[in-house]
Amino acid sequence: MTAFASIFTSANLRYIMIGFGMTIKIAAVSILLSIIIGTVLGLIRNYDKFILKYITGFYIEVFRNTPNLLWVFVCYIAAPFNSVFQRVCCAYVLFTSAMMAEIVRGGLNSIPKGQFEAAASQGFTFIGTLWYIVIPQCFRRIIPTMMSQVITVIKDTSFCAQVAVGELLFNTKDLMSKLYTYTGHPITFGEMCLLFGFAAFLYFILNFTLSCIMRYLQHHQERGQGVGQN
Amino acid sequence: MIKQISELWRWQVLWADWPKFAVAFLKTLEIAFFALALALCLGVIFGLMSTSHNRLLRGIARVYVEFFQNTPLAIQVFFVFFALPYAGITLSKVTIGILCVGTYTGAYMSEAVRAGIGSIPKGQFEAAQSQGFTYIQTMALIILPQTIKIILPPMVNQMVNLVKNTSIVTMIAGGDLMYRANAFATNGTMSYGPSYLVCGILYFILCFPLTRWARRYEDRLKQRDVQTNLEIEKMEEELV
Repeated sequence: MTAFASIFTSANLRYIMIGFGMTIKIAAVSILLSIIIGTVLGLIRNYDKFILKYITGFYIEVFRNTPNLLWVFVCYIAAPFNSVFQRVCCAYVLFTSAMMAEIVRGGLNSIPKGQFEAAASQGFTFIGTLWYIVIPQCFRRIIPTMMSQVITVIKDTSFCAQVAVGELLFNTKDLMSKLYTYTGHPITFGEMCLLFGFAAFLYFILNFTLSCIMRYLQHHQERGQGVGQN
Repeated sequence: MIKQISELWRWQVLWADWPKFAVAFLKTLEIAFFALALALCLGVIFGLMSTSHNRLLRGIARVYVEFFQNTPLAIQVFFVFFALPYAGITLSKVTIGILCVGTYTGAYMSEAVRAGIGSIPKGQFEAAQSQGFTYIQTMALIILPQTIKIILPPMVNQMVNLVKNTSIVTMIAGGDLMYRANAFATNGTMSYGPSYLVCGILYFILCFPLTRWARRYEDRLKQRDVQTNLEIEKMEEELV
């Protein structure tokens, strides 16, 4: 208990929490943008009949088959943005939107072709069909898969520690290297466990809450009620 | 980035260093191979545990899966690398990579195995039991062979994730492909363009065949299901 008090002084706790806030910020920006871009890419990949289809296909395959960490490094050096935050987010948006596009494509494939014909017979334009009929159904089906991708993004934000962005893992590691100045003696195994345990606990709480929501949605979907159907 | 890739002399610098890249690539392969073996073992063991009737075993499997799916791989690697030496356990970086990536992917594998076993009708367990099969015989001879068809695509996708996740070793300077590329990119002539490009292509060569194959297999499976469905309908019509 004394070890706990000596490590987690209010200043240190705030430092970790600032890191946690940064993690959430990076994840939120990346997820929102990549869902939008991913949906557009998925639609193009599935319904375009000309060259755009192959371009998006190429994009998706490239990003799906290379590690996220590579793109963090590449964007950290080469992305055309000023702040490190934007550059790092750029990496996650590039990578995750390819993943999202794949997920959206899976959802689109599960919608019967007859719905397009039915909509056309009712005078919907193609874009109208997509916006009012196909996309709402598609999203309802892919929410569970999308949530697990969201959790993956939150976990992957820890890669930012490698490029010195002050997120949760980086701040924890930083604190670790300065720990002896707080406790006044060389670090012990117990203190290390406390420190990393606390960071893992924060990640766990966030992700576990999301995965519980995911399971709840999945459960409702299986019963055919469909959340947000109305 | 693009300007760098078009400059020939940077490629010559890179070419001079190819043995280092080859060693790093082999290291990535080594980590991926052993981690895959570990992940498959853990996946089957915990997948079976999570479908057993014993509450305690199910609980252990649940905790394992939830812990590893909800905390970042990086933090697990850091814990093993920075904290365990204080408890007197010092592992080599490659071993850390194999252990961490293996146990991490094992959690996902076990979920796939669990879903596969769940998709087999209950009657088969009862039928096997009535014929005097033991639990292990039932699983090894009857249930698991049938699940392979269903769980293969998600498992191959997890394999791709595993290969990509081996890049985590970079964070503890483990000397894998990503680390070598990054070291080359940030030292000397700063030729990050060619270096990252080569690194990306090498990972792509490893992963692309797997994703391709998984997609093909899944499509074939769906097509075959359509065929069998049609056959069943035809049979029913004939019977009526």
